[in-house]
Amino acid sequence: MKDRFNLYRFASPATFYPLAGTLIPYFVALAVLFGLAGLYLGMLVAPTDFQQGEGYRIIFIHVPASWMSMFIYLVMAFWAAIGLAFNTRLSGMMTQALAPTGALMAFLSLLTGALWGKPMWGAWWVWDARLTSELILLFLYIGYMALTAAIDDARRADKAGGLLLLVGVVNVPIIYFSVKWWNTLHQGSSINLAKSSMAQTMLWSMLLMAMCFWMYSIALALMRARTIMLERERHTDWARVELSGHLTGGEQ
Amino acid sequence: MLNVIVAVVVRDLRLAMRRQSDIVSALFFFVIVVSLFPLGIGPEPDLLRKLAPGVLWVAALLATMLSLPRLFADDHRDGTLEQLALAPHPLGLVVTGKVIAHWLVSGLPLALIAPVLGLQFDLSADALIVLTGAILLGTPALSGIGAIGAALTLGVRGGGVLLSLLVLPLYIPVLIFGAGAVDATVSGLGGEGHLSLLAALTFASVGFAPWASAAALKIALE
Amino acid sequence: MLEADNLECVRGERRLFAGIGFRLGAGELLYLQGRNGAGKTSLLRMLIGLLPPVAGEIRWRGRTIRSGEFRADLCYLGHLNAIKEELTPLENLLAAARLADEALSEDEAIDALEQVGLAGREDLACKYLSQGQKRRVALARLVKEKRPLWILDEPFVALDVAAVDWLAGIISGHLQRGGLAIMTTHQLVDIPAGTVRELRLG
Repeated sequence: MKDRFNLYRFASPATFYPLAGTLIPYFVALAVLFGLAGLYLGMLVAPTDFQQGEGYRIIFIHVPASWMSMFIYLVMAFWAAIGLAFNTRLSGMMTQALAPTGALMAFLSLLTGALWGKPMWGAWWVWDARLTSELILLFLYIGYMALTAAIDDARRADKAGGLLLLVGVVNVPIIYFSVKWWNTLHQGSSINLAKSSMAQTMLWSMLLMAMCFWMYSIALALMRARTIMLERERHTDWARVELSGHLTGGEQ
Repeated sequence: MLNVIVAVVVRDLRLAMRRQSDIVSALFFFVIVVSLFPLGIGPEPDLLRKLAPGVLWVAALLATMLSLPRLFADDHRDGTLEQLALAPHPLGLVVTGKVIAHWLVSGLPLALIAPVLGLQFDLSADALIVLTGAILLGTPALSGIGAIGAALTLGVRGGGVLLSLLVLPLYIPVLIFGAGAVDATVSGLGGEGHLSLLAALTFASVGFAPWASAAALKIALE
Repeated sequence: MLEADNLECVRGERRLFAGIGFRLGAGELLYLQGRNGAGKTSLLRMLIGLLPPVAGEIRWRGRTIRSGEFRADLCYLGHLNAIKEELTPLENLLAAARLADEALSEDEAIDALEQVGLAGREDLACKYLSQGQKRRVALARLVKEKRPLWILDEPFVALDVAAVDWLAGIISGHLQRGGLAIMTTHQLVDIPAGTVRELRLG
């Protein structure tokens, strides 16, 4: 009973809200910094690919977006597991705050994949195993958001959404391998998105862009979590103080 | 333990028998959807033979979806679900029984009628046997995974559509291996590998899904 | 035997009640009272273990109620009848008993249905029965009920005077055998029992 009480305090919105508020500017600054460095390296320094020309540079968006879309789903599942095990309020808010960013990343990955595919393979869409899995991941994000949006009671939405995430995270590897299996059977060899012989600068700019996306996702998730918190806790004392501060235009 | 499962299966089957129109409608839905494809694609036997596994399987997924929203909704509406949740044995066993009953009235009829529909698509005898086997093996997984979705969307507005949104992506592995088995047989590669993977999926989901559904039902009953 | 301490209930954003507690021993009856929306049904759902309390604890025979043992001792009758329209009263009773892991023979079930005044209707699908008759099918479960803790949500609703008397007698018999009962009701019915407690919400 005791440690559960401590966890409650640790994850209590009243302490988390101001903490997130102070952290957000740093994450935004880091995102801008990494983004500028990554774009500089990727767009100006990295050499033109002798096979794919300048068009390949879209992978500096495509690959980090794909990584983030998968990573965010794992993070959401992690929060969901915490939420279901310890019944903390914060975890549900975090999963709901992360979902739109995750979906955006999946969508971005599909979009850039299509934009890249047209000049490279002459088709907007190919049923490549990774692209197909990314599409299914987008479906999973949409399913999660639709479920939590359809349930009015916030606590029930958190719990049901969390359970769906856990079921999803168990299924993601199964889906991925089945799609891969399907792909090798039907297409012979799949088109490899990441070229093996990658220049050092390309790798660096990709990593920098990944860091940029990571920081951006954290900043955005924290902002969204703060909004969700205020909305849900508007009847509590700390949220009232916070809201009245905003109404009179003053900062806390 | 087995008593509980048997009691639930018997009760649900008896209820289904008093409402046979539901079973028959889902079955006819399957038949009609499958029969529409040649009208949209054209009657060339080569093309149809190639499309048959995918068409039959997608139609089977959709037909299974039809009966899922009612899997728990009826029991929820009349208060029976509360009683089941309050019974001394774990709720997961009750759900296992309901999944088995759901398969008996939705999956099994599909498997029995599938070979007849396969004939429309000019499938060979081998392919028909594998098709029936694959649907027999794969549909329990559909009922199991579907139960999770049905439990999560219980009493939620727009539940039916939402249910398809949640469950259909999770059906993809079953679709791939189920259609793949028939496909491999048609192209002479042999479908055993696919069938064993399908069996593994079914075992995993029928074993695991009832407990996830039970957790979801408890959330819905709060 | 049943102890509740410091229970708190929050529904949506509203706190329905807090600091609710009581003790109930063998042969005792607890009336839950309160206006509409005071949280009577929520409290019942906490007591049967479906709704986890925000704070507080409920113990049965000194142990937490989140166990199969508690549920084996519990008989709950909600405001929904929990009967299947497609099944006959007899099938309903037998199925409910089997699902709850209780021994109930067909003769006992027929006898119970006779007691609630449904003789001759055992084999008619429940959808052809009136509201009051459906309620009686649900109540027929109580006739042979041996489990010690009864939790009843508005058991007298939709019953005529004779049936109310009959049900009061059944509950009273249960209490005399050393059972416990908790119920919500708007009609105050005189139930002869050793100890009657009251708990008012809101």
